[in-house]
Amino acid sequence: MTHLTTETRMADLENLRALSRDLRMRIIENSHRTGTPHLGSCLSCADILTAAYFEFLRIDPGNPRALGRDRFILSKGHAAPALFQILAMRGFFPDEWLADYGQNGSLFAEHPPTPHQLAGIEAATGSLGHGLPMGLGMALAGRIQQEPSRVVVLLGDGECNEGSIWEAAMLASAQKVSNLCVVIDFNKWQATGRSREIMALDPLAEKWRAFGWDTHEVDGHDMAATLAALNRFAEGRGKPVAIVAHTVKGSGVSFMEDDNNWHYKIPSAGEVEAARAELGVRR
Amino acid sequence: MRNAFADEVTRLAQRDKRVVLLSGDIGNKLFDKLKDVGERHFLNCGIAEANMIGVASGMALCGLRPIVYTIAPFTTTRCFEQIRVDACYHNAPVIIVGTGSGLSYAELGATHHSLEDLAILRTLPGMTVVAPCDVTELREALSAALELDGPVYIRIGKKGEPPVHAGKIDFRFGRAIKVREGRDVALLVAGTIAPEALAAREILLEKGISAEVASFHTIKPLDTLYLDAAAGRFRLLVTLEEHGRIGGFGSAVAEWRANSGCNVPQLILGTADRFMHIIGDQVFARAEFGLTGEQVAESVIVALGS
Repeated sequence: MTHLTTETRMADLENLRALSRDLRMRIIENSHRTGTPHLGSCLSCADILTAAYFEFLRIDPGNPRALGRDRFILSKGHAAPALFQILAMRGFFPDEWLADYGQNGSLFAEHPPTPHQLAGIEAATGSLGHGLPMGLGMALAGRIQQEPSRVVVLLGDGECNEGSIWEAAMLASAQKVSNLCVVIDFNKWQATGRSREIMALDPLAEKWRAFGWDTHEVDGHDMAATLAALNRFAEGRGKPVAIVAHTVKGSGVSFMEDDNNWHYKIPSAGEVEAARAELGVRR
Repeated sequence: MRNAFADEVTRLAQRDKRVVLLSGDIGNKLFDKLKDVGERHFLNCGIAEANMIGVASGMALCGLRPIVYTIAPFTTTRCFEQIRVDACYHNAPVIIVGTGSGLSYAELGATHHSLEDLAILRTLPGMTVVAPCDVTELREALSAALELDGPVYIRIGKKGEPPVHAGKIDFRFGRAIKVREGRDVALLVAGTIAPEALAAREILLEKGISAEVASFHTIKPLDTLYLDAAAGRFRLLVTLEEHGRIGGFGSAVAEWRANSGCNVPQLILGTADRFMHIIGDQVFARAEFGLTGEQVAESVIVALGS
């Protein structure tokens, strides 16, 4: 708790936890209603998204393209169903916009559209390994233009298979880019199996350290710890910051947790209600 | 052409704070004067082209005007998906420059040949594809690219390319420039192989064939106004490029012909559908693919005779 800002008091933490439960419920309901997959991937980063959007990021939904704003890039673009919900919760657009989710002609589906199409989105991701290079470019632009922007890029552990992630990691380190932070949603799974078995991912934190990043491991479902790590980044470490967030795929719903079937599975009406009961979120 | 490129970028950076040159670890001394303008104008991104395109796109989305520079195959085919997604899908105003394009680096082997770049990049929505024929066009193209609100690819040569234009030119993307007048045949040329077209024109003149030479510095968008007019004026349209015959400038003109109903025949001159497994200089490599002025003239004569 040493790095927790004074504003982030216990009551605020409780409020953030309630928001992340709401976010989880919205994601699950939306998956059921629209048949959108990647539920497990969305739930594993729900607490990180809540910490970022409701506490850390200096962004203004009323002026979403403000110069010098912080930027958040969901590099694991397949968790867009979570991003769309939190942007709506944060007021970037009204909930009604999500009514046509997944239908022909909608902006909302499985991956984020471009920033030109939807304010609040900073990069159209979906092809893995793109968000970090683009975020690095934004961080460098902030430095060149002497703007206070901080850039947070959320990576998947599976996404760390991509070579472009490590290309960006080396350049960011060489350039001592201190306004760039990656959070790795380390849920230990990728589409078809355990991420540490498919590629030699371990030791993941050691890899980021070896690439010259100021690296910390946190429980990615511990709101206080996640915020503390983000706030520590904001103090400026003189180098880029990597937060390896240990998470559980499908986190928050017992029958989804650590079950990789929920990478693609769509919940039934009964499963939605069971999840609602567990999360304690009212209809 | 490389020196003119570095000189022009330096000049642009002096008046435009947005300009940043991203190098893929080449041009060590080439950009010293640019670095003198200010640290903010130069970034060596290392030998990591996929990342370099992403970084450039992120910068462009924040209001900078990045110019990405490395050897043509490495800044095009190597990182095509990053160009597609990061630059084009986001309509990010990134200027991608491929140096040593075509057969400029013939002696370095096929890894360094760039005979597919025009083909693949013109498939991308929103991408402007440019092949200046000389340094005059290159300087104009860079200024014009900075005014454009989307991605641009510019392929350039190496050094010592002869000038094609004697004086000032009227340069606009998508508008070909007539270099020599002619009546019988139109020699439409894209890029630094233009001098071979001029040489071919002289040989054809001796045989009583009058050839117009036009520099199609922009492959996309294509100058259909010129082509529509040319359709009624010539017996043969010849396209010449230092690039594969599949998918490049010649193909773009063939697509225009198919859609326009033009019934003037077209001769597509470019490199054959094969890798070059022997080495040689650029002149040797052009001859291997039938692209010297003499060979071009011969091909035109054969086409006219049939």
